[in-house]
Amino acid sequence: MNSNRGLDHDEKLLFEVGDVNRTGVDLSEPENLSQMLGDSFSDSEIGLAGLSEPETVRHYVRLSRKNYSIDAGLYPLGSCTMKHNPRLNEKMARLEGFSEIHPLQPISTCQGALELIDLISSWLKELTGMAAVTMTPKAGAQGELCGMMAIKQALLNKNESHRKIVLVPDSAHGTNPATAAFLGFEVKTIKSNREGLIDFDDFKKNIDKNFAGVMITNPNTCGLFETDIVKISELTHKSGGYLYCDGANFNAVVGKLKPGDLGIDAMHINLHKTFSTPHGGGGPGSGPVVFSERLEKFCPTPLVENDKGEYDLIESLDGKGLSNSFGRLNVFHGQMGMFVRAMSYMLSHGADGLRQVSEDAVLNANYLRASLNDRLTPAFEGYCMHEILFSDDFLKDTGVETLDFAKAMIDEGYHPMTIYFPLVIHGALLVEPTETESKQSLDHFISTLRDLVDRLKEDSDSFKAAPVFTPIRRLDETQAARKPILRWKEEPLIAV
Amino acid sequence: MTDIYYTKDHEWIKVDGGEGLVGITSYASEQLGDIVFVELPQKGISFDQGKDVAVIESVKAASEIYSPASGEIIETNSSLEENPEIINDDPLVAGWLYKIKIINKEELKNLMNEEEYNKLIGV
Repeated sequence: MNSNRGLDHDEKLLFEVGDVNRTGVDLSEPENLSQMLGDSFSDSEIGLAGLSEPETVRHYVRLSRKNYSIDAGLYPLGSCTMKHNPRLNEKMARLEGFSEIHPLQPISTCQGALELIDLISSWLKELTGMAAVTMTPKAGAQGELCGMMAIKQALLNKNESHRKIVLVPDSAHGTNPATAAFLGFEVKTIKSNREGLIDFDDFKKNIDKNFAGVMITNPNTCGLFETDIVKISELTHKSGGYLYCDGANFNAVVGKLKPGDLGIDAMHINLHKTFSTPHGGGGPGSGPVVFSERLEKFCPTPLVENDKGEYDLIESLDGKGLSNSFGRLNVFHGQMGMFVRAMSYMLSHGADGLRQVSEDAVLNANYLRASLNDRLTPAFEGYCMHEILFSDDFLKDTGVETLDFAKAMIDEGYHPMTIYFPLVIHGALLVEPTETESKQSLDHFISTLRDLVDRLKEDSDSFKAAPVFTPIRRLDETQAARKPILRWKEEPLIAV
Repeated sequence: MTDIYYTKDHEWIKVDGGEGLVGITSYASEQLGDIVFVELPQKGISFDQGKDVAVIESVKAASEIYSPASGEIIETNSSLEENPEIINDDPLVAGWLYKIKIINKEELKNLMNEEEYNKLIGV
């Protein structure tokens, strides 16, 4: 039996499909080639696979069908916010004035684009209650870097470069400690308490004269709101530090609170999470950063200036209060196509709509929690925010692990949730349904998960064997990490 | 005589005279799953008790290793660079991480003995 399943093909590499006898084109023999190419002329085989046109087309169409996406089904990856990308956004982004724009064209010819950047900037400042925003960061992680660079710049400006310690909770995204370490800060981990929140006493204990700041995700990666956030920000500022907020989960609180009111100094916003621009390979990402008054003058250039309807990019630092800016983060002005999509999302929802998006995201997650809590084990008691975290307690004594359970979901037609993250919960399963799933869609997902849990007792072997309906079943993740094969290795293509 | 102590973060230290051999417990290696990468400290560097000194990466997660005692690194297990799976196969002997010159034996009182550690992990 071959490894194709149904009409889903086990697609080989082009090099494994083709051979030197076939070709998709019929080119005439060039004349005087050796003369024209001189020493570069070679008529030996170059090792490229020969394929006909239909073979080539099939190869790429089959590959494209392997790309699981939010357009194909529920994508419950916790912490990722895989929500629907409205088609209206795409229509707007394809307007010629936006799609054909070039970053080097004269300012007078792109006033509309600058107006849009100015408009989205003002929406982001309003929604976050912050003093300033930079639109240039290319994605969330670069946004983090940008925010922390501003904090570093502020410390340098106060001659406080001895402040080297950045505190990061143990439930944080891995990018947080990586960002701080990349900038030369020393990272110290602060513990979570039994409720899945930052242990305030541990936070307090770790503050000393070298304290530079703290990086907090709120709601955090356990899907819980950090209720001590105001206490934390007050102590942070009293101790001479800055509060960075990882805005990855801002989609749970838009219109419900303003981060500026919590005392946050800098926060990135993932447009691809909160404001529905495409995600992952469908990107690119975009990670604008908002700043408090404390950090405003340290943020990067360029900024868009609106002088009575005449727009300009502030390139000169003179007289604009930007003399303490850390300069440019990127060569150009950011992901214009994403700004258009996000702006389209904001305008089509309106302020009330954006608030409802957050409410529905939280409602959907809690609907899952309430419908599954007698089968799976929620990691924490009580309501969650936009995502629900389960531990692997429900798998105890079944011999089935979180990974097996996730693989079994694939056979049931569902992309698994995020697993083994956050690290503070044993065998974690983190589910984020997002607001774009209907009750019908959630009910189907719930009944599938309930059936899977019920099957654990009678047939745990099937979990170990899953997935069975995919062309490639289990990948050897260990060998892939220990001895990765990073390129196709040439075995001479044999003429047959 | 060799004494063995445990930390709540699942490291062990075998103390022999003024030196200590450090590794992770069987429980830790099972919980981590297949280990794929180990980052060890450099020889000659000193660490305080409880400081993160190494990183172990498995298919599930990257975990920091905290030094069970203060002192200077005098030797590291270089065979782990090529074959990190040794830790899964034999965490208590061949899978040791590094050897440390202990500067303050009093600190070992902060650690657990085998009985206390087994109680922690519920054996």
